[in-house]
This record gives sequence, C-alpha cells and structure tokens, in this order.
Amino acid sequence: MNIEDAELIKDFVIESQEHLGDIEKDFLTMELQGAEIDLDLVNHVFRAIHSIKGAAGFLGLPVLESLAHREEEVLNKIRNREVIPTVEVVSTLLSATDGLKELLDCIEVSNDMDVSEKIAALDRILSGSSESNDTEAANPSDDSQRDNEQLVKESEATLDQATAAVETLVNEDSTPSPSDATASNDDTAPSPVATPAPKPTPKPTKQVEAAKSPSSLSSDSSPAETSIRVDVGLLDTLMNQVGELVLARNQMLQFAERFDDNEYNTTSQRLNLITSELQEGVMKTRMQPIGNVWSKFPRLVRDLAQICEKEVRIEMQGKETELDKTIIEAIKDPLTHLVRNTVDHGIESPDVREAYGKDREGCLMLRAFHEGGQVNIEICDDGAGLNVDRIRTKAIEKSVITEQQAQSMDEQEICNLIFAPGFSTAEKVSNVSGRGVGMDVVKTNIEKIGGTLDLESHSGLGTTVRIKIPLTLAIIPALLVKCAENRFAIPQVNLMELVRLEGEQATSKIDWIQNAPVYRLRGQLLPLVDLRNILGKAPKERADNVESEVINIVVLRADDQQFGLIVESINDTEEIVVKPLSAQIKELPVYSGATILGDGSVALILDVLGVAQRGRVLQSSGSRNPGSQDDSSNAEAERLQSLLVLGIGQKRQVAMHMSQVARLEQVPDHMIEEANGQSVIQYRGKILPLIDMASVLGVPRSRTVTPGDDGEASTELASELTNQVVVYSEDGRSFGLVVDRIIDIVEADIDLVESTSGNGLLGSAIIQDRVIDLLDLPTVIQSAGHRLA
Amino acid sequence: MIDDDQICTFYLDEQVFGVEVKAVQEVIRYQNMTEVPLADESVCGLINLRGQIVTAIDLRTRMGLPEREPEQLPMNIIVRSACGNATSFLVDRIGEVKEVDNQNFELPPGTLRGDARELVRGAYKTETDLILILDMERAMTVMDA
Repeated sequence: MNIEDAELIKDFVIESQEHLGDIEKDFLTMELQGAEIDLDLVNHVFRAIHSIKGAAGFLGLPVLESLAHREEEVLNKIRNREVIPTVEVVSTLLSATDGLKELLDCIEVSNDMDVSEKIAALDRILSGSSESNDTEAANPSDDSQRDNEQLVKESEATLDQATAAVETLVNEDSTPSPSDATASNDDTAPSPVATPAPKPTPKPTKQVEAAKSPSSLSSDSSPAETSIRVDVGLLDTLMNQVGELVLARNQMLQFAERFDDNEYNTTSQRLNLITSELQEGVMKTRMQPIGNVWSKFPRLVRDLAQICEKEVRIEMQGKETELDKTIIEAIKDPLTHLVRNTVDHGIESPDVREAYGKDREGCLMLRAFHEGGQVNIEICDDGAGLNVDRIRTKAIEKSVITEQQAQSMDEQEICNLIFAPGFSTAEKVSNVSGRGVGMDVVKTNIEKIGGTLDLESHSGLGTTVRIKIPLTLAIIPALLVKCAENRFAIPQVNLMELVRLEGEQATSKIDWIQNAPVYRLRGQLLPLVDLRNILGKAPKERADNVESEVINIVVLRADDQQFGLIVESINDTEEIVVKPLSAQIKELPVYSGATILGDGSVALILDVLGVAQRGRVLQSSGSRNPGSQDDSSNAEAERLQSLLVLGIGQKRQVAMHMSQVARLEQVPDHMIEEANGQSVIQYRGKILPLIDMASVLGVPRSRTVTPGDDGEASTELASELTNQVVVYSEDGRSFGLVVDRIIDIVEADIDLVESTSGNGLLGSAIIQDRVIDLLDLPTVIQSAGHRLA
Repeated sequence: MIDDDQICTFYLDEQVFGVEVKAVQEVIRYQNMTEVPLADESVCGLINLRGQIVTAIDLRTRMGLPEREPEQLPMNIIVRSACGNATSFLVDRIGEVKEVDNQNFELPPGTLRGDARELVRGAYKTETDLILILDMERAMTVMDA
C-alpha cells in the first residue's frame, strides 16, 4: 500500500465514521415509525451505507464491502416496504453498523476480521422477506457469489450460526421471517451454492461500485460543501499566533496614546477591532455542540433498556450548547457512564413503576446550558432515587466509612458516597454497570478538567446529577497574586474568597497553635499557608509599625478542603491562556502550567492541590473522607492525620481530629450559666452545653497555666479565669469541650493501641514522643449525660 | 563526532564550546525571566519567545562552573531537541559559526571534571582553540529538585 492509498483510506475512514455517526438516530426513528416509514430518512441511511460500500470496494476492503452491501440490501427492502423495521430488524441493522464501525476502527486488518455472524443475521432478514419477492431475493445470492471467497472461510462457522439463528428466532415472535426451519435453511443455503460457483473477477464489480458512489455522494454532500476538515494542531497553532497578535496590538495601543497622531490612532483602532474579532473567530473554531456526544445516547439507552427489560425514553435539551473540543472529548466517557448507570440502577422496571403509579416508561433527561461562564450538564431521571439505607450499609461494609461516621452524615452526604473509590451498590455485577470502578472515576475525570459534580436524589422521585465544567480548557479566568517579586496565577475555580487583614487585625486575627497559623473565618478554623514558605523563600520581614502590616489571604478550596494562602499582594483577575510546562519543571507539583500575561511576561499557574499538599493542609489524597465530620477510625489509623492536641489536668494530653473541631473559643467564667443541672453558655444565639473533659476523664482540673505554654491565657489570668473551649458538632448539635490547654496541631502517623472501650477513648498513640490518648467523642458526650439526637 | 559540519560556538568562563548549527533556532539577547521557585538551580527562569514559553538553563550552573559576574548579562541560545522542544541555554557570549572536520574530533580529555564531563561529547582541535562539543540533549535534561 503506497502513501497515497494510505491517505485515501484515512480520509475514507474519517468520512465513513461521520456517515455512521448520525445514522444511528435515524435507525431509531425508523423503529418508532414502524410500517409508516419515512422514505427520505431511509434514503438518507441507504446513501450513507451505499457510499461506504462503494468506497470500500474501490479501496480493496472486501469484508467491509460485503457487510455494507448486506446492510444496504436490507435497507433497500425497507425502502421498498418489503421489510418492516421492527425492533429485531433495527437491532440487526444496528449491530451490523457496529460491525462496520469496528472494521473502520482497525482498517488495516479489516480484511482478516470475521463479520460472518452479522452478515448471517442480515441474510436472515433478507431471506425472510424473499418469500414475498423472488426477484429481489436473487440479488443477495448474486452478492454472496461475489463474496464467495469469504463464505468459504465462513462455511465452518455457518453451522454454528444456523443453530444460533434458530435459537434467536425461537425467542422472536414478531419477525417478518416465516418459520424457524426455513430461516435456518435459508441461512445455510447460500454457502453450498456459492462454493462451486466460479469466482467472478472482482475488478469490474468494483469499478461499477466506484462509478456509482460519486453520484450518491453529490446528492448527499450539502454539509460537506460548507465545511472542511482541519487538524486540531493547526487550530492550536493559529490560536497561539492570534494570542501573540493580541499582545502586539496591546503594545501598539500604548504607543498610540503616546504619539497622539490621528491617522495612526485610527489605524491602531482598526487593528484593535480586527484582532478582537479574529481572536473570537479562532476561538469559535474549536467549539462543538454537546449534541455530538449526546447523539450516541439514544442508541445506548435503547440497547440498555432492552437488556435490563426496562422502558426508557430519552429527552434532550440544549443540544446546541457549545464546548471546547478537548472538553467534549474529556466528558464523553464520564457522561456515558452516568447515562448507563441511570438506566441500569436509576430507573425501575415497568411493573414496579406502575405499582408506584408512575408511567411505565421511565424518562431520562439530558440538559445542557450556559451559566456564569460555565457549562452545566444535568442528567435527570424519574426513577426510584438513591436508596440511602443501602448505600450506608454498603459503605460501612466496604469500610468506605465507619459506623460512627455514617451516623453523623446527612442524606446528601450519604448519596455522595457513591463517588467514593471502591464503592458499588449493585447486588450482582451486571454487564451494564456495577463493576465497582465507576462513579469515582467519573468524578475524577470531571474534576481533572476543572469541573464539579453534584448529586441530588429524592426517594421515589428520581435522581439528578449536575456537572459544571468550564467552557474551554485553553483559556481560564485566573487571579494574579504576587509573592517574592513573582507573579502567580491561581485558577478562579479554586478560589472561594479573599480576606485582607490590616494593621492591628493582621496580628490579632491570626491564631498560632505552635507553628501552625489559623484564621477564624466566620467561626470556622481556616488553616493558613504562606506562599513564600511553600516556594521555599525566606519569610517576609515584619513591618516596623503595626499599622502598615497587611496580610492578604486567598481562601482556596482543594478537594473539598478549604485553606488560606497568604500572599504579598493581590493584583487582578485576568483571562489566561494555559500553556504546558517544559520537561525541566513539569514534575514540580505546585505548578500546573504557565501563561503569558498582558504585558508579555511569563507567570506560573499554581496548582492548588499541589500547594495544599505541599503545605500539608490536605491529607494525602486517599485518606480524605466525604463527610465533613471525620471520625478517627482504625482503618485510617496508619495514615497521616491532623490532630489537635489538648492538655487536661497537669500532665494528661489527649488529641482529637482537626476535622472534628468546629471552633476554638475562650469563655470567661462569668459567661457560664447553669441549666438543667448542666453548665451551658449562650453561643451564637443557642445554648451550648459544656462538657468538662477533666471530670469525664477523671483528672483533677488544673487552672494553673504554665508560663510560655499559652501566653495569651497567662496574661488574662490576672483579670479573670478563662476556659478553653473546643466546639464540636455532631448531628446538628454542638457541644463545648472544656479543656485546660490547647497545645498544638500535629500531623502524625498514628499507630493506635486500642484501649478498653467505654471510657471515652479510642486508644493511645505516641505522638511527637509523648503518649497521647485519642478521644472517642460520641462516647465522651454520652458519658457526660447527653443523648445524641 | 557530529553529523553537521558546522558548529555554533559560544563561551563559558573563557572556554569555547560548540553546538551543531542545525539544532540552534536562534540567538537572542538577555531577556527578563520569570523565576521558577523550587526548580533545579540551573533553571534560571521562563522567557516568552513570541508566545512560546521557553525554559532557560544557565550552562554555567549546569556545568558546575563559577557564577557569572553580576554586571555581565548572558545571551540566550535557543536550541531545539530532536523531538522539537525548545530550550534556552544561557551563555557568556556567542562566538562564530565554524566549519569543522571530523578528523580533528577527539573524545573528551580525561582531565575534564564532574558535570562537565557528562555534558561534553568531545572536542575539536583547531589551530588556536579546543572547541568542546556540548551534549545538548543531556544538558537540557534537568532533574527536579
């Protein structure tokens, strides 16, 4: 095969794939129309298959040609109203179309591939109708003679197929084919006839086919005339160059202001306008409607519904919503998976639906729309919704969460567990879905392209999965910050809010728990990370006077965890073009790319996840739990955990997970009131019961504060005694744990030695050379006489 | 031994080096660079080469040579690797393009030390100088800190 041929074949493959891409839905429409066929539609499909057949013959691809030929014959019969496109016929046609696609996908070896089964299935339809029309029936046998070469190969397999065919036909009741016996006879018939037949010279046939195809093409070429195929790489280069043009224009506009020459100004303004339009135009070339991905779903849903014995209707809204090509590619698989899951698990079987007073036919709705610079995709069904109890049980069984965690999680959180790694509720593994690697992969894939995924389920009413993804990967809105004389870009998707602390606030609002700074953001503890620190720069010198001290905190979210990044200054937001990093610096996890700013200088794009990991804000990715109230558990014990170490009594130290800490408060003695025999305080308009940890653990309370251990407390000791209170929330109820000292936040790899249960401790561990007990908070609360809701 | 018979020469610490001419895309004057914290010390920064972001590697640091005087601004030699990646080498100054003869090629002298030995493929003897041929691909490959 010479290069020219290879070129030709490549073009043929792309063109044929396009042809096949949009006939699937036509088949489905044909199925719906049944006997009332729409001739234009059938003609459209016929022409598509015909052009593939013609070109395949011309290019010397006999297997592909023969399959396409059979399919064409069947379509011809449908066109002549000799065959009614019933479910079975359409299924056969669809599977034949799949066969064509497979052949196209591996075109080099297509001549050695076996499609005899598909051809046999098509033959069955052809022979089924041959009873009614003998002249037409002559055609297929002619063709089979032409393909005799192949049929010789197939003859061994034919017997098996015949048996299989009988079996299939037994299950069929509405086929136009006459009886099982005739069908199987007809099926085997062509091969003995064909084998002895003299092999006709293939050449003339091919020429005839080739001669036929141009005519069919010209009648079908209206979309081809208005569009051309362009390499995506070329578009990327073009876009880069336009980007450069924009920069050059910006510089020129600056000159224009300086020169104040009228003619020059007019020219530069025109250049400005043209450049903007050009940029917009080039951007558009990469956009594709989401309908391109959706187009294969009707077929998928139909097939799945048949397998699962369900009735499902698919509806689509916003097919024309446009997305960048790379994103379209990236969401294809996750979306397919979600649709598959919905049909398999979401929608109930018709009988069950009827029993609940719903339509027998379930509805799967796909919706896409633009909102706030993002594309929203929704996959809704009117099925049973998620079974919260089953998910909870399964999650505990598979130790995705512990029983304690399960208790503290609300329905929404439980539902989101289906995205946790290693989770699948399918009772039995079907070949449709439920292999246990599913939803978590969907979630990671969506997150990889900067998207978010959200699930909403109403028991008995249905489930909605909402996906939000950026319009394009190439250009993202970003916040520019400055640190150590360098500018960095932070993707807007990760950005939650900005906090600026000035003067007195800069020192007073930040709490230091040993070396770990935290900021109380609306009562929640926000761990802080200094970007200078992350980047290995020397810490900034403190300003001489307190007034000029300014701290800028960028509140970011990485993997559901919020943290504050301290930067020197916050510049502006800008739409940036993401460029990959060169091999020398690609491995650095804190950068995700680089970009060229408006003034032509280069800025690095921070990878928020990488920064969080380097700043040790995030526990290493696997140990993160979906619930906000992580409890300690043995399963997680070997992983690195972030703990708050508390001092109780003179010597005793206990620890609790940072994630359990809602707030840290200092409560002066006079605030403590008595209610129902308990110590309480008024806290945010509610009554907060206090639990004295010292008495729970049976340790004498010590109010003496060691100097230097907590400087703040010792100064206040003079005026009034204050209590350190750790606010802990569970099941919507909050408790205040009264402790003597707040000592440190540590990252530790805990090796827990279990203690006897019931004493309020999970066990003991060595943390930073000290033996520290880990609190079992639910038990602590219970033993203090509080009942959990 | 090189495939090209022309080499582009440059100076590092008064020593003459050379790279194949066909690998050199262009030579540009010193540009402001964006620093890359945490990267290997020989990575000087990123430059914007007409819309393409190119990593600049200081060959002095890479070779373990003493640092340049602060007032001496380096030059950028933009080279392209076999797979088309552009990298900028920072050198003291650029020399001329020289025709060389493979007969005068010799393997690196044994006296060459450390890093430099790994990055030099050999030497060409000329009447006046000894031109060390840089192993471009190796010089480009920087291990991350």
